Amino acid sequence: MNTNELIPNLFRTEYSKLVAVLCSVFGMSNMQLAEDIVSETFLLASETWSKKGIPDNQVGWLHTVAKNKTRDHFRRQKIKRDKVDPDVAYMTETSTEQAFDFNDEGIQDGQLKMIFAICHPSIKEDAQIALALRILCGFGIDEIVAALLSNKETINKKLYRAKQKLKDQQVAFELPPEDAIEERLDTALKTIYLLFSEGYYSANIQETIRKDLCLEAMRLNLLLCNNKATNLPKVNALLALMCFHASRLEARLTPDGQFVLYDDQDRSLWNQSLITQGEYYLNRASVGENLSKYHLEAAIAYWHTQDDSSEKWEKILQLYNYLLQTEYSPIAALNRTYALSKARSKKEALKEAKKLDLAKSHLYFSLLAELETNNQGRLAYLEKALKLAKSPYEYEIIKEKLDVLIVQGKAGDLKKSNQFYNNC
Amino acid sequence: MKEFMMLFRHVPNPNYQPTQEDIAASIKQWQDWIGGIAAQGKFMSTNQLGYTGKVVKPGNVITDGPYAEVKEIIGGYIIVKAASEEEAVEMAKGCPILSEGGHVEVRSFMELDL
Repeated sequence: MNTNELIPNLFRTEYSKLVAVLCSVFGMSNMQLAEDIVSETFLLASETWSKKGIPDNQVGWLHTVAKNKTRDHFRRQKIKRDKVDPDVAYMTETSTEQAFDFNDEGIQDGQLKMIFAICHPSIKEDAQIALALRILCGFGIDEIVAALLSNKETINKKLYRAKQKLKDQQVAFELPPEDAIEERLDTALKTIYLLFSEGYYSANIQETIRKDLCLEAMRLNLLLCNNKATNLPKVNALLALMCFHASRLEARLTPDGQFVLYDDQDRSLWNQSLITQGEYYLNRASVGENLSKYHLEAAIAYWHTQDDSSEKWEKILQLYNYLLQTEYSPIAALNRTYALSKARSKKEALKEAKKLDLAKSHLYFSLLAELETNNQGRLAYLEKALKLAKSPYEYEIIKEKLDVLIVQGKAGDLKKSNQFYNNC
Repeated sequence: MKEFMMLFRHVPNPNYQPTQEDIAASIKQWQDWIGGIAAQGKFMSTNQLGYTGKVVKPGNVITDGPYAEVKEIIGGYIIVKAASEEEAVEMAKGCPILSEGGHVEVRSFMELDL
């Protein structure tokens, strides 16, 4: 591997670790300083390695250089001591030396604290996600732009403001105290889940970025599972949920990047090892008395990994019933109605679907089309869905169903049942 | 949207001994009804009440309740959001208690200027 390939790979895996360890030394208010030192370290690596060759222990090289650069920084600070940033001033060279902790434990500890710092309630959700991608996942700006379907300027602004906010709010680089950890975890879990969903559900993002997003979200969640203070049932439930979803990553996309609907997926492509891991974490989540929405969603996702049976859809229906009582969302309402059609009948589900006030959603009309048995009715619903489609991808998928229906109508052959709706 | 409370009332039948299957089927029916309301984003909260309790009266008189003096008891409640009383009544028509020999009382909340 040459430097051109090696450095970006190392950047992705090591950047976040180095920044986390340096923030342990500098504190959150100097995160920019930590980032600058790490960026300089990578720059020097790229220059030196291409001239003098790649060292055997590349990660160790990065650690040493980052450490030296930090030491240099403190020396300079010492010289102009009275102008020094008060946060940095008290540190002597010896304390700096001791504070560096580049072993696995130090890195994990730093990253865990970083999760809580970034997922601070004072930071807006979308900024948390951008910041998490940058600081926790080592995404470059271009990759963040690609992942969030945004542009450089917006992302840079968002990152800048979020860092400023971390500074203004004097967000501490620490694990939250025990009595606050439950609540702070909720914000962290929400951000991790959004990170995952960004990868799992967004249309139009590159496949490699899509997978990276999902895997990074799972990696961060695993950090929380592996720490005693944060290893709570809901944390395991979220990881289980993501394992079950991720088991279908290969099956739900065609080689040219088109989504494959749940019923049409090649089940031999479902990743059994991820399903097994999902079951493991769901078991670990099944202790205590709190049933979080992640428990319910994980259980729903579990049943989606099982073969079709009447029990399966009955369970999914009941889980959606509970989930909606915990927290309403339009997508859960639609999925609940779909499950009702599978567990009971299309007729019963259609009656319930008509009570939903979701006439702005193309998915709502796609669902109505799925439940309607009358062909003219189906046609009308699909046309409405088509008008409401927001992306070319959504448009395509509805158009295809509409075309099939028209052709079938002409041929008078309606035997083939079509899946219009469920996109898992 | 206003909030309404539905009270589920029925006359308890001490001879009724439901099997596990009966209970499971009943839970399913109730959950489907409540889930349908929740799917419309109109669910607020619900509770099923226990079968025993106490009645507290003036003068420190406490009796076992609620069976002693009333024939009909409240088995539980749900609070929903609805545009009108008519809509709430329409929702109540699907309540499983109606097929279990009971009835539903739909009540609005009094608005207090405090």
